[in-house]
Amino acid sequence: MSSNEIFYHSLVIDNDKCIRCTHCVKECPTEAIRIVNGKVIIREERCVDCGECMRVCPQKAIFVEHDDLEMLKEYPYRVVLFPSVFLGQFPEWVTEDKIYASLLDIGFTHAYEVEQPIEILKNQIRKEIKANQSGYPLMSSFCPAIVRLIRIKYPSLSPYIIKVKAPQDLVANYVLKIFAEQGIDPSEVGIFYVTPCAAKITAVKSPLGEEQSIITGVINSKQLFNKVMSVADKVRPTDSTSLRKELTKEGIQWSLTHGETWWQTSKTIAVDGIHNTMKILERLENEDLPDIDFLELRACDRSCAGGILLSQNRFLTVERLKNRAKRYPSSEKKAQADNENKFADLEGKMQIEEIQPRPMLRYGSDMSMAIDRMEKARNIMCHLPGIDCGACGAPTCQALAEDMANHQAKMSDCIFIQQLWQNDGKISPVRAFERMEKKWGEGRFDPDCTKKGAKNEGF
Amino acid sequence: MIKLRYEIEGGNFNRAGHASSEVKKVLKQLNIDQRLIKKIVVALYEAEVNIVAHATKGTMEIYISADKVDMILQDVGPGIPDVEEAMKEGFSTASQKVREMGFGAGMGLSNIKRNTDALTIDTEVGKGTTLKMTKYFANVE
Repeated sequence: MSSNEIFYHSLVIDNDKCIRCTHCVKECPTEAIRIVNGKVIIREERCVDCGECMRVCPQKAIFVEHDDLEMLKEYPYRVVLFPSVFLGQFPEWVTEDKIYASLLDIGFTHAYEVEQPIEILKNQIRKEIKANQSGYPLMSSFCPAIVRLIRIKYPSLSPYIIKVKAPQDLVANYVLKIFAEQGIDPSEVGIFYVTPCAAKITAVKSPLGEEQSIITGVINSKQLFNKVMSVADKVRPTDSTSLRKELTKEGIQWSLTHGETWWQTSKTIAVDGIHNTMKILERLENEDLPDIDFLELRACDRSCAGGILLSQNRFLTVERLKNRAKRYPSSEKKAQADNENKFADLEGKMQIEEIQPRPMLRYGSDMSMAIDRMEKARNIMCHLPGIDCGACGAPTCQALAEDMANHQAKMSDCIFIQQLWQNDGKISPVRAFERMEKKWGEGRFDPDCTKKGAKNEGF
Repeated sequence: MIKLRYEIEGGNFNRAGHASSEVKKVLKQLNIDQRLIKKIVVALYEAEVNIVAHATKGTMEIYISADKVDMILQDVGPGIPDVEEAMKEGFSTASQKVREMGFGAGMGLSNIKRNTDALTIDTEVGKGTTLKMTKYFANVE
């Protein structure tokens, strides 16, 4: 664990759009967000890039940093890697062939679905489960938000995360191999990954368990969805079968809930939703789970179909992909028919290093100081109202008390305490208002009729 | 010192383990060694489930200081007729019904002893039992 680790996060707050409504502050599963001096800040060491803040923001003031499609111009060979869930978003009239043709029309030279080399991933997961002697079930490394959550909130469980790469990294290796076989210089190949979520951007830009990702750029699904929709009715669908000849039933459903478990013979459970996952991890930490070999854990409800950067209905996406999977062979049938392992040389490239824990320490790393501070916070809690209104800029009264004990907030940040102090003559109303204004930013108390629900909304 | 206190309801298996889990969250926040937390929580869980399975009601009191954690689990319940016998591995008085629910497989008291540095049992048949246990932070192994 390195204390000077640089934190990369793909989620960014646009403080001009933000009205400091505290929705994100309260929603964040790791309590990473605060409002300080009229601005929303994310405590980087706590953020797991799950994107729940972005989902709940009524002002659309939270966005993700992604690469510009302009970047494509720099590469003679431009490969788009897109997950099956991206395809699952389109209405029925936008057929598979149309989507592939649209991607080529937009400017890519090659299009591949991410979940093609799934057979080797399946085999590796099976192998690791079989070899596991730890007494703990293994956990999937698929969802980068969950991997980051385990690192900071359940550090003792991090050794049980399966040490395999994500499908996008495997398919990127596969693509580079195809180009190499054709004698093409890898520096001429730009590999662009279409992400359904914020966490996968972070996984590419700042990977865990490997030095650097071989993916060139990350494209926001929402942006590409618009591009495809705007050309889809004009393009002439071409036969794209050859581009997805490695796709299987398992591959198409991999990023859906149960994608990593339905084909397994071991004892598994699949959990989606970050709060559901936290409940299970809590129990696993207590050694209070029945005999289970493997846990599939995904941050979003309905897994990647509910990805923060997918705009279409997640239930319809799941339904489309399930129907689509019916038309494809199972990976075993496919492997038998092929009579060769096309991904054999990926096997050496599957492994990642053990994920190192980086515990989120509420009161610092020194235990006796932590005890003092927790005691202080518990004393402070006697005075806070316990209604968790968020008007102090912290998610709960308890979080405010913690911040105070850590010298990151003041008693006067609580509006109840302020009121009490005014009543007791300890502080003037003018001074109290000044403090509120400092906390929430100048102009925060001026009427704004354009906000959501107000009379001039949208004008 | 940090004090925590939880009420434990006899027969309420819906909440069995809840208090131990809450204590674990506090210990984690204090950056106490994971191995120590594990031992403490295993001992507390056993003791908590004993109260749920056998007693009518009880309390868990936790006192965390810089060098140790003291734990007191007090119940109103049947008491333990033969403590020495109850300390043996695999000894269980849990009813068939309780065992079917996955609790009371024995090992309770011996498991508690193994995971703590000091254990005293004060019990009176027909009245109840008080368990006092201590875990020192210096004894990681």
